Amino acid sequence: MQHVSPIREPLVTGGKTYHDITEDVCRQVEAKPNVRWAAALAVALVGLAIFIYSVYRTLWYGIGEWGLNKTVGWAWDITNFVWWVGIGHAGTLISAILLLFRQKWRTSINRAAEAMTIFAVICAAMFPVLHMGRPWLAYWVLPLPNTFGSLWVNFNSPLLWDVFAISTYFSVSLVFWYIGLIPDFATIRDRATGPIARRAYALLSFGWTGSAKHWSRYETVSLILAGLATPLVLSVHTIVSFDFATSVIPGWHTTIFPPYFVAGAIFSGFAMVLTLMIITRKVFYLEDYITLEHIESMNKVIILTGSIVGIAYTTEFFIAWYSGVEYEQYAFINRAFGPYWWAYWSMMTCNVITPQLFWFRKIRRSLTATFIISIFVNIGMWFERFVIIVTSLHRDYLPSSWAMFSPTIIDVGVYVGTIGLFFTLFLLFCKFFPVINMAEVKAILKSSSEVKHPKSAATMHATDKDLNSNTHHNE
Amino acid sequence: MQDRIKYWKGIEELENTPEFEKHAHNEFPEFLPINGAEGGESASSGKTHRRDFLKLLGFSMAAVSLASCEAPVRKAIPYLNKPVDVEPGVANWYASTFYQGGDYNSILVKTREARPIKIEPNPSSGLTPLGTSPKAQGSLLGLYDNNRLRFPLIAGKEAKWEEVDNQIKSRLANVSGKVAFVSSTIISPSTKKLIDEFGSRFGNFEHVTYDVNSASGLLQANGGVIPGYDFSKANIIVGINADFLGTWVAPVPFAKQYIETRKINPDNPAMSRHYQFETILSLTGSNADVRVPIKPSEEAALVSALHSAVTGGSASGTAVDAKLLATVVKDLQANRGKALVVSGSNDPGVQELVKAINTALGAEGSTIDTAAPYYVKQGNDAAMLRLIEEMNAGSVGAVFFYNANPVYNHPLAARVASGLQKVGLKVSFADRVEETAKLADFVTPDHHYLESWNDFEPKRGFLSISQPVISPIFTTRQMQDSLLVWSNQSTDFYEYMRNNWRTVISGNFNEGWEKAVHDGVLENGTSLLKVSAPASTASSAIRKIQPSAIEAVVYEKVSMGAGGENSNNPWLQELPDPVSKATWGNYVAMPRQMAVDMGVKQDDVLKVTFANNESIELPALIQPGQANGTVAIAMGFGRDLDVMPVAKGLGASAYSIATVNDGAVLYTSGVKLEKTNATSPIAQTQTHHTIMDRIVVQENSFAKYKENPKEVTKYVRIATHEGPAKPAAISLWDDYEYKNHHWGMVIDLNSCIGCGACTMSCNVENNIPVVGKAEVLMRREMHWMRIDRYYSAKEHEPKDYAEMEHPADNPTVIFQPMLCQHCNHAPCETVCPVAATMHSSEGINQMAYNRCVGTRYCANNCPYKVRRFNWFAYANNDKFGFNEPMNNDLGKMVLNPDVTVRGRGVMEKCSFCVQRVQLGKLEAKRENRRPKDGEIVTACAQSCPTEAIVFGDMKDPESRISKILARQQGERAFHVLEELNVQPNITYLTKIRNLA
Repeated sequence: MQHVSPIREPLVTGGKTYHDITEDVCRQVEAKPNVRWAAALAVALVGLAIFIYSVYRTLWYGIGEWGLNKTVGWAWDITNFVWWVGIGHAGTLISAILLLFRQKWRTSINRAAEAMTIFAVICAAMFPVLHMGRPWLAYWVLPLPNTFGSLWVNFNSPLLWDVFAISTYFSVSLVFWYIGLIPDFATIRDRATGPIARRAYALLSFGWTGSAKHWSRYETVSLILAGLATPLVLSVHTIVSFDFATSVIPGWHTTIFPPYFVAGAIFSGFAMVLTLMIITRKVFYLEDYITLEHIESMNKVIILTGSIVGIAYTTEFFIAWYSGVEYEQYAFINRAFGPYWWAYWSMMTCNVITPQLFWFRKIRRSLTATFIISIFVNIGMWFERFVIIVTSLHRDYLPSSWAMFSPTIIDVGVYVGTIGLFFTLFLLFCKFFPVINMAEVKAILKSSSEVKHPKSAATMHATDKDLNSNTHHNE
Repeated sequence: MQDRIKYWKGIEELENTPEFEKHAHNEFPEFLPINGAEGGESASSGKTHRRDFLKLLGFSMAAVSLASCEAPVRKAIPYLNKPVDVEPGVANWYASTFYQGGDYNSILVKTREARPIKIEPNPSSGLTPLGTSPKAQGSLLGLYDNNRLRFPLIAGKEAKWEEVDNQIKSRLANVSGKVAFVSSTIISPSTKKLIDEFGSRFGNFEHVTYDVNSASGLLQANGGVIPGYDFSKANIIVGINADFLGTWVAPVPFAKQYIETRKINPDNPAMSRHYQFETILSLTGSNADVRVPIKPSEEAALVSALHSAVTGGSASGTAVDAKLLATVVKDLQANRGKALVVSGSNDPGVQELVKAINTALGAEGSTIDTAAPYYVKQGNDAAMLRLIEEMNAGSVGAVFFYNANPVYNHPLAARVASGLQKVGLKVSFADRVEETAKLADFVTPDHHYLESWNDFEPKRGFLSISQPVISPIFTTRQMQDSLLVWSNQSTDFYEYMRNNWRTVISGNFNEGWEKAVHDGVLENGTSLLKVSAPASTASSAIRKIQPSAIEAVVYEKVSMGAGGENSNNPWLQELPDPVSKATWGNYVAMPRQMAVDMGVKQDDVLKVTFANNESIELPALIQPGQANGTVAIAMGFGRDLDVMPVAKGLGASAYSIATVNDGAVLYTSGVKLEKTNATSPIAQTQTHHTIMDRIVVQENSFAKYKENPKEVTKYVRIATHEGPAKPAAISLWDDYEYKNHHWGMVIDLNSCIGCGACTMSCNVENNIPVVGKAEVLMRREMHWMRIDRYYSAKEHEPKDYAEMEHPADNPTVIFQPMLCQHCNHAPCETVCPVAATMHSSEGINQMAYNRCVGTRYCANNCPYKVRRFNWFAYANNDKFGFNEPMNNDLGKMVLNPDVTVRGRGVMEKCSFCVQRVQLGKLEAKRENRRPKDGEIVTACAQSCPTEAIVFGDMKDPESRISKILARQQGERAFHVLEELNVQPNITYLTKIRNLA
């Protein structure tokens, strides 16, 4: 009984009814785990086990288990940190900024994207703690009143700003995500048959009844949180970039970093959302909710941010040359042609060249191509951080201390392990939480008044006929 | 009235109830007056209330768990009777002397609570008043070596001293054949006298002096002594394979003399010119103004050519560039009486020629003090070779080894070992069962020198004393005391030595003796040591070294010594070679051209086959400056002894390169090299060798300096709208105000010879952990102070970065001591999230280890990369067992109690020896005065043998540092990376080269 607008692309395909939406989304929560999910979880758990082992080695024996040295004091740890924080940008961006801009297509992907944000930030937050020499004293970076006398944190330190930026972003994202989940939890609660599920979801839904008052408050809080979260999206990576930008190391000391990092974060965040969405819609049969339109829209964001990042890379080179500072010039020449040239060119290929393929509509709308390119972008953005951190540090001012960095198995383990942790959390989320915001998707099911235009709909979407074969009335 | 007044103890007694009667005889009545609170029933019924039960439970749980929390008890036992001189927390200083293989140092030993913890130069000494060698600094750890023998051995089994003495005495009583005493050079007059007396009982006795890196040829050419070289008087110095700043003869006194002619003063600019012809790039060659690589086979021809040119003939027959040689000759001839030629050759023939050159140049009496020759090397190769033959012939009845290990380090080691089989009585005084001691019947371990009395005469008229600064740690016995016991004398060596000194101390002997012991030196011109011309000599014809495709030399490493004496010293093993910057092991140093020709890359393992067909496998190190067609391998490695766990498995022994040529040991021969497929990484602390056209270290020519001293240093200027400005002129930061002191340091690159004594001294002073080869390979050495060594790059276009990474084939070398610059606008201080590193009110950049959480942001943001991170726990960690100062109870005695041993996960770095600064200030305060300039010195400055480092208060206009800074500003003074405006408190002075 879905109705199709003659001018607007439908946001949900397949002629879904309100009930269909509830059924489709609740299916994986209520049904037995499907095989594909179980298999994926098993793989993720192996990753988690690697993480636990690597973290144990790091904590028990010391940071020496990693490949760092006196010249390169940060490498994979902070690379991973920035990478994960970057990935954690998309969710809030989609939910908050797109909400403010009234982009309705966001509704079917925001839930999963926000979950991804939360989990990515959890993974990211592991590193600032793990990379400390004495992680058991990590709480010292918080401005806590203490009995140590006048000891206080150093507000000049960008690392301290990071602490505030990340923790604020995490709390706001978490609350935003959770508020959105409440009506859906209530739906599941109401449908639940088992006593445990009923009680659990009852607790999670905070006694939501669906009254008009509840909805009104829900809308208001969402808007307020969106308003709060929007500047945070910009601020988090700006502040993360300050870690580098405020230093004196050539290749780090760059004023372009804040916008460049934010663009890069959105770039990598969208790539990760795409990677995950393409899998999720397949695994949970949600093709009608996460449609090609979504994928194409996100690809457009990727091409925009990818180009911004590309311009930033070029600008850095120009400024290094223009500055006349020999250390800066060498830092950039060393990036491209020094011993880590392969990292630099991997970054350039993955981040600047591959996303340009999205100028072609065919590629933009191809699931396979999108998936592959999204993986490329994920890899490229990891290399971007590696290039910034390691190749700047390994050859800084005094040639006497120049050194190379090579990761140990534990470095790899911690990184791969966080991916395991991320997917474990994400898969658990997929199974036990509604991956699509039912309440909001229902709100966009009808994109226009209910007038039948069967023929025009068919002609308008002739080109998409195969893909959107269910665009017609399902009487 | 006998009515007694009755005082009741209480109402109960007055009432005198039956209840009271019952308990009256009990002093402690059972009932407790708690009836009122809960009602009588519960208390008297004996039942416990729930609340009480819980209280009890809680209390006992808390008590039990608290008890289990208790840390293991470690007792600090106070002195029952306080020793007279020991004040806990206050250091005592004793004068003593370090001598090992020619390396002589008069020293002061710092003891805390009766433990020696640091060695410093003895300013009373005329020879070595300024600094020490790295070996002298490191020798301290030998005292606390856990692998030293703790008791004497008979046939490898533990024994009692009485038993050892009885057996040795009885076997000596009926010894047949020759009795030989083999030692390395002994410069102790009393010991020498004692050995001679000991030997006089035997019909046939010989004291054979065997030096691993021998100067036998030099001695033979100069009547058994080393000429009294005085580099300080030389305008022109020509060194031929003589590493006189690093290993040759007496490096510490020589370095002091040498640098006197190199310190330049703008008022009267003068400096010596130093030519060096050599095969390996030695420490000395690195400092030379002109350095020419030559093959060992070209050495004799060069000396001959020089000789003939200096004596009026023509310089011909040498492969050295004729034009260059002509310049050398011109310089030498223009500076008659002010020139000095030294050669490291061990060929008596070559040394005769060198002597003739010096005579022709009028060096004797000017640059060679004929009245005061050096005694620091007395090894006689011919005598040792003869002894080996005698042993093999079976004519030796007894042999003693003192500081000599020929089974390991003699070129004919196999012959020594086979000869020893035929000797009836073999006694070793070694401190552990090393290669020679293994074959000995008796091992009677000698004391460490810090446990012994001894006297020294390194140069005629310069006497010094060593005194015990700790009572013997193990049941060892000083060699001299053993000899006295075996000669049935009842005196001990201390008395013996005192008696011997009666001839040199005039006036009241006791007073004179006390003063000599107190000062550590007696330099009144009198001499005690009897040295005679060598009895056995080799032919003084010049030996022809056959040129071969690959000529190899075996050389002594500056920090390790020649004979492997320091193999088990982890401090010295980890001290980088001053030139190659390699630690932990030896390698085949080869020139780039040879590596290219052979297709060898750094770290590729090569099979080296010696002339005697033995072979070893070592990795290759591409060494710029190594003469083409030659390779070099360091002495002192390849030890496979359980009693040397630190050295086990490091490198290979290359003594077989040394060959016996017509009665002389020459440290060179032809070898064959084969590439293997293996690689073995060399642990270098610096892997990038050129300066990349940056102005981090500055040098200029002497000619330019004379022209205008204001133009020798490049100063970075920042472009502003008002024209170029000093970087400090535009600053975002407020400057600190220093009200009291402002500590600073000046490092004169012209004086620094790069020896590494400062690094070693810093390591000892500041409890710096040893991390081992694997961690050095990970680039994680912990040294707070390093010496950056840069080679000049090969010719390249400006900005050709790929090209400028490669050092020239014969590079000029510059050393730059690098440590925390104590920036006034420190980049590290702003980035620490917990403010663990901050600025002191006296300009010191401080680390609060306790506060550090280990983010390493400070290290990343340090432009000088001088911060060091504790990647692991280096103390009490079996993984770092070789790190003796922190991993065994004995080794820990060397730790400086004034400096924290850092834990895992914290950052550390140079503190400007803040413990010394505080101590100096406290002492001044106690005496109600300001600290005097020179009273507070950092460990590095104190140990520098050339006074390259000056530390002081920049607030005090009268201090030395202030005066240097005032004079050098705008001339040679510069800050490294001044353009960053971090405003370091360390200033460097531009190096000046006297180019020909």
